[in-house]
Amino acid sequence: MKRVFLPHNLEELWRIIAGEPKADIYAGGTDLLVKLRQNLINTPSLICLERIEELKGVHEQGDEVMIGACSTHTSLLENPIIQRNFPVLTKALNVLASPLIRNMGTIGGNICTASPAADTLPPLYVLKAEVEIRSRSASRQMALKEFILGPGITCLKAGEIVSGIWVKKVPGFNLHHFEKVGQRKALAIAIVSLATLFKISGEEMVEDVRLAWGSVAPTVVTSNEIEAMLVGHRLSRQVLKKAAPIARAIVKPIDDIRASADYRRQVAENLLIRLGSVQK
Amino acid sequence: MKINFVLNGKGRVLNAPSDRRVIDFLREDLGLTGTKESCGAGECGVCTILVDGESRLSCLMFAAQLEGRNVLTIEGLASEETLHPMQEAFVQFGAVQCGFCTPGMILSALDLLKRNPHPTRTEIREGLSGNLCRCTGYQKIVDAVEATACKKEKGPPL
Ligand SMILES: Cc1cc2nc3c(=O)[nH]c(=O)nc-3n(C[C@H](O)[C@H](O)[C@H](O)COP(=O)(O)OP(=O)(O)OC[C@H]3O[C@@H](n4cnc5c(N)ncnc54)[C@H](O)[C@@H]3O)c2cc1C
Ligand code: FES
Ligand code: FES
Repeated sequence: MKRVFLPHNLEELWRIIAGEPKADIYAGGTDLLVKLRQNLINTPSLICLERIEELKGVHEQGDEVMIGACSTHTSLLENPIIQRNFPVLTKALNVLASPLIRNMGTIGGNICTASPAADTLPPLYVLKAEVEIRSRSASRQMALKEFILGPGITCLKAGEIVSGIWVKKVPGFNLHHFEKVGQRKALAIAIVSLATLFKISGEEMVEDVRLAWGSVAPTVVTSNEIEAMLVGHRLSRQVLKKAAPIARAIVKPIDDIRASADYRRQVAENLLIRLGSVQK
Repeated sequence: MKINFVLNGKGRVLNAPSDRRVIDFLREDLGLTGTKESCGAGECGVCTILVDGESRLSCLMFAAQLEGRNVLTIEGLASEETLHPMQEAFVQFGAVQCGFCTPGMILSALDLLKRNPHPTRTEIREGLSGNLCRCTGYQKIVDAVEATACKKEKGPPL
């Protein structure tokens, strides 16, 4: 039998981690329990973070928002601060798995699993999110894109947890977009996804843009080159088509059960071209 | 470990290994076989239960996590001899064929109506998108949930 610990606050958590240094940590369990069942993990004990209130909730602090790592996807979808400031994240959460998984799964778990197909990552990349990491004795903060090193690999060291995600408000970006292509609407792991923030002027000119593709490489793909090509133009098919070959070149997809690498390259390109028909 | 929780309206103190999956605890240890298991991996929703009123997958939870919670399984929904209005509607609209998905469907539908008392048909489909049914083609399930929502509008709260 594995012992399952349910600490109620961080103080208790640090005590338990000190006594059980080999324990695995989980929040919603929607990734970890599936892996346990497939015997992909062998762990002597488990520590569940779901009761630690300090790790939940959304806090507005001036021009920044702190999202507790153990906030469930459902709680974020229903949160007015998130709805108001980060529609790009809400749009991704809306198509993440199913309501049942969203009631359990957390944003911290989505980040720490570091799946190439994790739906919150492309939005959090375009929002330039920072990850707050804590251990018993220290706390540090780093850019999400530095935190994620590869599929399933992050910078977390033993005894550390992700406590929160810091996101700066982006009042300049007046158009938030997220599109995910999967095999069906619900419960589909992304084959390719694209998160976009636009600043569109009164004349429909792109004044600023941030793009991030998911599921097409070991980690999220961004491109300063494409962004620079779009700035100063209307989002015409012509401009987007000119940028599309670059998208094809920078993605590094794999063949897997859901789609071939070639198909993913094509969809990465198509999602870019389709930005021309996004409702402004 | 000792687990202190409310199960279908009754306070219970029960013994279970802390890493017993809730689905096994309910079905094997307590004989509450209304909650089903199929995929065991979060894909199908037949193991849905309500924990503090919110739908959860009992195949992805450990017994330890029930401590202090209020748990409702399909067995706890009807009162004495009267079916819950949602159960009534499933019967009336023929939303049950083999019945394997029904307990999970009904509990997910209750979570949906709690958050969104007047869902459109599309919202009902989205709300139930984590629950698979291999028999009915969903149409009648959506009918039943829609009818319950309408009834709720007129009658007493569910
Ligand atoms: C049927 C099904 C469908 C799914 N569909 C999607 C989908 O469409 N899109 C998608 O992106 N994901 C999907 N997922 C994956 C999963 O639901 C999400 O990644 C979810 O956000 C994970 O959160 P969790 O809290 O459940 O993670 P857990 O399982 O609790 O943890 C996952 C990992 O992160 C670590 N961890 C969790 N929280 C912390 C923390 N605060 N600090 C340090 N480490 C931590 C754990 O140690 C573990 O290794 C799906 C899963 C299932 C079972
Ligand atoms: S058995 Fe739990 S989701 Fe399928
Ligand atoms: S009635 Fe048979 S699975 Fe739904």
